[in-house]
Amino acid sequence: MTLAMLDKRMTLDDIVAELRDGMTIGIGGWATRRKPMALVRAIARSGLKDLTVVSYGGPDVGLLAASGKIRKLVFAFVSLDQYPLEPHFRAARQSGALEVLELDEGLLHWGLRAAAMRLPFLPTRIGLGTDLANQAELSRRVVSPFDDGETLLAMPALKLDVALMHVHRSDLRGNVLTLSPDPFFDELFARAAARTFVTAERIVTTAELEMTVNSRFNLVERALITGVAEAPFGAHPTSAAPDYQLDLAHLKTYVDSAASPEAWTEYRARFVDVAPGEYLAAIGGADAPAALPKPVY
Amino acid sequence: MTELRYSLAELMIVAAAQAWRDDGEIMGTGIGPLPRLGVSLCKLLYNPALATTDGECWYTSQPLGPGGRTADAEVEGWSPYDRVFSGLWGGKRHAMVSPVQIDRFGQTNISVIGDHARPKSAMLGARGFPGNSVHHANSFFFTAHNRRAFVPGEVDYVCSAGYNPARYPGGEILAGVELRSIVTNLAVLDFGGPQHAIRVVSLHPGVSFDEVQDNTGFELVRPNALPDTPAPTAEQLELIAKLDPKGLRSRVLKDDPPGDRRQGGASWT
Repeated sequence: MTLAMLDKRMTLDDIVAELRDGMTIGIGGWATRRKPMALVRAIARSGLKDLTVVSYGGPDVGLLAASGKIRKLVFAFVSLDQYPLEPHFRAARQSGALEVLELDEGLLHWGLRAAAMRLPFLPTRIGLGTDLANQAELSRRVVSPFDDGETLLAMPALKLDVALMHVHRSDLRGNVLTLSPDPFFDELFARAAARTFVTAERIVTTAELEMTVNSRFNLVERALITGVAEAPFGAHPTSAAPDYQLDLAHLKTYVDSAASPEAWTEYRARFVDVAPGEYLAAIGGADAPAALPKPVY
Repeated sequence: MTELRYSLAELMIVAAAQAWRDDGEIMGTGIGPLPRLGVSLCKLLYNPALATTDGECWYTSQPLGPGGRTADAEVEGWSPYDRVFSGLWGGKRHAMVSPVQIDRFGQTNISVIGDHARPKSAMLGARGFPGNSVHHANSFFFTAHNRRAFVPGEVDYVCSAGYNPARYPGGEILAGVELRSIVTNLAVLDFGGPQHAIRVVSLHPGVSFDEVQDNTGFELVRPNALPDTPAPTAEQLELIAKLDPKGLRSRVLKDDPPGDRRQGGASWT
């Protein structure tokens, strides 16, 4: 590979063009925190269909479900935190539109870890005694080969075609920093995926990463990153703290958009079927998210 | 002696606070405003070693009530989700959570009402309930003790495992299942009956055993002695008020009823 090929910069649409119908796509972040929403909106605008989505779900899942992009959802929850029930996810579930694999939060972690280690499964007690274990994909058991002989649940590897995530900084080679206080499981999403595309608040020089100071925020090594698109406020309305916080007022607008087909059409027209620059104008300009107060959990 | 007036929410917070008393140095989690006040009060009154978080990803030296800002407390440790999972798999945690349904086995549900493939009501999803339930101690909190919550048979979708041998490989309940207490708007219960059957431990002032039983979809164990749930002390009420200066506790239960019905709160129905 030449150095020139290490310039991994792309646009949002370039990333979407790499995706195919029927792919299994993992989405980083957690509920209302550091979701790659600009990219999710670009997928919602695209002709993609029949996706399998793996996510610690928030509005990423709701928006893609409402846009008819999801054939199957692999999840432990879908929630908007301060609005615990995600209305678009609920509507899709209640209409029977989604095939699902329901997991525990830790089982999702375990499935990604198995894929990251290129193992077929990892053993666990999680799910035993519950209805999760009655799903076909979680119905396999494995017996400890040691003296304890314990019967455990075999959590199958969750292999991803693509992982998508939002980071705070990246250089053009895909050396990334996630500066938020909790990195969640983005590292495992990247390791479980054949290819990982990130959006970044800002693409900076390698020197500006100040990597020796910020090493703890360096999510994964660059060899795992296929492409990086600059997307200022690309997590909005979810948070990308410390750069900006969750937009609770916008979340309310989003929740209200599930009230009727007309409300959803209006939300889509204002916030989804628009170019990123227009989106920023629609949410009140760049100063608006930067001024959001820190929410309490 | 003048009678101390207290709300039902405050009675339930004090009852909840008993849960972590003897747990020592573990992670204490209370999900929802009243359980969170419960775990915070427990840390102040009984178990200062308890480790509690801001609900995001920081352990704080002083417990933070609902709506409490991280900036107002001293941060003493880091608690990202990865570490929460690692810690809970090791068993060093006791959570009090608020399920939608519970059954006689202590199995609970927060995922769906109705059929899983096409639910009548889709809720959160199983979240961390399955893993929590087989790895560390769990207690439960219900603001509305009725037959929709305390269901006959089994819950619609078992998210947290309980004392139901039929659901385990070889019929053997996992050793990690440890269900402790249930605090409701009517009573405090535990799993101290035969084969971990649910038992009433105390009745909130003015509530009868029959009322609790009538609002439960399965048979409860009735011990010989049934004391009243202890009323909060003046000190406890003061600490609760400090933990919840905005009074979020008054907005959880409809009309914020008094803790002792016999005190004749006009709003009690």
